[in-house]
Amino acid sequence: MKKTMLPLAGVLAAALMMTTACSGSDDNASSDSSAKPGEKVELTYWTWAPNMDKVVEGWNTAHPDIHVTVNKQDGGDPAVTKLLTAIKAGSGAPDVMQAEYQKIPTLVSANALADINKEAGSLKAKFPDSAWNAVTLGSEALYGVPQDSGPMMFYYRTDVFQKLGLEAPKTWDDYAAAARKIHTANKKQYLGTFSANDPGWFAGLSQQAGASWWGVNGDTWSVAINDPNTQKVATYWGGLVQEGVIDNKPMYTPEWNAALNDGTQVGWLSSVWGPGVLEGSAGNTKGKWKAALMPQWDAASPANGNWGGSATSVTTQSKHKAQAAQFIAWLNTDPAGIKALATQANVYPASVDSSAALTSPPAFLSDQTDFYSIAAESAKITKPFTYGPNVNVAYSSYNDAFGKAAQSKKATNFPAALATMQQTTVDDMKNTGFKVSG
Amino acid sequence: MNKATRKAGAPYSFLAPALILFVLFLAAPIVYAAYLSLRRTKVTGLGLGAGSRHEVWAGLSNYARSLTDPDFLPSVLRVGAYGMIVVPTMLGVALLMALLLDAGRTRVGTFARTAIFLPYAVPAVVASLLWGFLYLPRVSPINDLLTGIGMTPPDLLSGSWVLYAVANIAVWGGTGFNMIVLYTALRAIPTDLFEAARLDGASDVQIAWRIKIPIVLPSLIMTFVFSLIATLQVFAEPMTLRPLTNTISTTWTPLMKVYRDAFIRNDIYAAAATSVVIALATFVLSFGFLKLVGNRAFNQED
Repeated sequence: MKKTMLPLAGVLAAALMMTTACSGSDDNASSDSSAKPGEKVELTYWTWAPNMDKVVEGWNTAHPDIHVTVNKQDGGDPAVTKLLTAIKAGSGAPDVMQAEYQKIPTLVSANALADINKEAGSLKAKFPDSAWNAVTLGSEALYGVPQDSGPMMFYYRTDVFQKLGLEAPKTWDDYAAAARKIHTANKKQYLGTFSANDPGWFAGLSQQAGASWWGVNGDTWSVAINDPNTQKVATYWGGLVQEGVIDNKPMYTPEWNAALNDGTQVGWLSSVWGPGVLEGSAGNTKGKWKAALMPQWDAASPANGNWGGSATSVTTQSKHKAQAAQFIAWLNTDPAGIKALATQANVYPASVDSSAALTSPPAFLSDQTDFYSIAAESAKITKPFTYGPNVNVAYSSYNDAFGKAAQSKKATNFPAALATMQQTTVDDMKNTGFKVSG
Repeated sequence: MNKATRKAGAPYSFLAPALILFVLFLAAPIVYAAYLSLRRTKVTGLGLGAGSRHEVWAGLSNYARSLTDPDFLPSVLRVGAYGMIVVPTMLGVALLMALLLDAGRTRVGTFARTAIFLPYAVPAVVASLLWGFLYLPRVSPINDLLTGIGMTPPDLLSGSWVLYAVANIAVWGGTGFNMIVLYTALRAIPTDLFEAARLDGASDVQIAWRIKIPIVLPSLIMTFVFSLIATLQVFAEPMTLRPLTNTISTTWTPLMKVYRDAFIRNDIYAAAATSVVIALATFVLSFGFLKLVGNRAFNQED
């Protein structure tokens, strides 16, 4: 047996040497070769935020020596796939890349993002702890500068709430009571839905409850998806789904859009970017919605989670890391950069100084003048959360496990789904060779 | 180079383009997939930063993981059940349509033929989106209609219906192609056979059952093999419907599991192992079936 395998093994070994030779050749090319004074530097920038080319124009006119070209991407997932392919191929990656917080550990693990701690200078004080934690991964390294954040917010139909004498729920108990009252008054109406399609949404709810699904201790990862905080969230939603006062269908389907528009879904636990989505899917109900702080587990010590948000990072293939870091710092901390991000790219800047740039409320909620002060409050109370190197595995496990649980409408299946998620995530990490505890 | 060697080389130079393309785009990727299926990544330390990930030999562990995955067997069984619904229904309807068209009873022959064939020209993703809208209760005009006449329409994407809902899309899209293949075979039958049968007093049904179907049997076998392979590779329909419902998981069919492993979990090694297993199963099933039916397929002239 061994003998017959030899020729094949030889061919495969040759193929292997070729692949390692290809991927190993860029080690020196990626090291920093700073431009000489007076020399013009060209940077490419992959992003999917709208109108980013206009935002960058402001930088280009003010900094003739460092020219940034925006290369528009389809979105977070395809951009990551493209970047990982370019990293594997050894060339083709941009200098600067928009990276969702949840993808940063995955990208760092693939050695796609450069540590710019030296180049960027001290920016820590300009960002909330939760955002800073997401770009440092709790280490000394800096894998990007926070760009925008997605503090969760609650949106509800004021007309329905008024008719039933309800107030915006302060606590999750209030939310459950409101959901019951609304569904009892009209069997077709729901205050929300438990979506097995949106793991980022569930992660945000868990973050609010105090969970942090991954953690680092020395050179060991810990996974705490099935921790008491997340269990509390899963049990809460399982109860509401079993009771039938909350819908169990996924979000972002034609069905859900229609339900928002025709007044079947009268509330949405979403994020600061929610109004843009509502404008698209619930256009008929404009003027009837209002935003509020998320319902709380403990009204005395309010907390929040994130759904969405991204940083701006420098890739390991960039030959001008110092200049790229300079651009990133301008984009996310300079008043002009923040203003352009907020008004032209329509994102909610992560910087603590963003309030000056956010003056008028989003078009869909044009009557709610205090929208951005609620958003600022939501962002301020956001708890820290660490993402791991296999977020995608945990997220796809969420899709399957909670899909089954939501379909069954049995409360006991929700904590069980959480256990499945934990098991799948830990197994995958162990299989890849990570040291994992818990 | 003398004349003899040049003559001997001629066939190879004609074959070369096909062979090169075959090797580059079919054989090489298969070999590469087989190679990948024996590899895996190994992480050192926290797995962050440069040089923390290495590719190492995995032996058959990817195959072991793929075959023992608790989601794998259910997805295979599901595809089996799906095939039991799709293949007989699709071929049955296609044969019936072909016979009806051939019998000349339909005045609207050309129109009917085009109408039945048209869904085949609709890409599976587009078809799935269209049907997805028809399945979702709130946006489905069919639901409005049924509610209008006082019936309670079923939720077609719920657990007990979803397999039929997906099968329906495949039948809708595939019937036309199979119908055309069978119809063409029917048109090739010499008409004197029918005249003789009719003189002997055979009815239309008898002609169809005793003459037409036995003669088009090789075409039926061919369409059966094609449908079998398409069934094993079902992907686009459930993949497109998945975000619309809780009842379709990311590993609903074996190919969806390959997709999830490769592009969602970034584990191309496990995906390669599952792909090799699926390729082998397809090979065994289709060639096993052809062996079983022997010479009746493809070579009706012999």
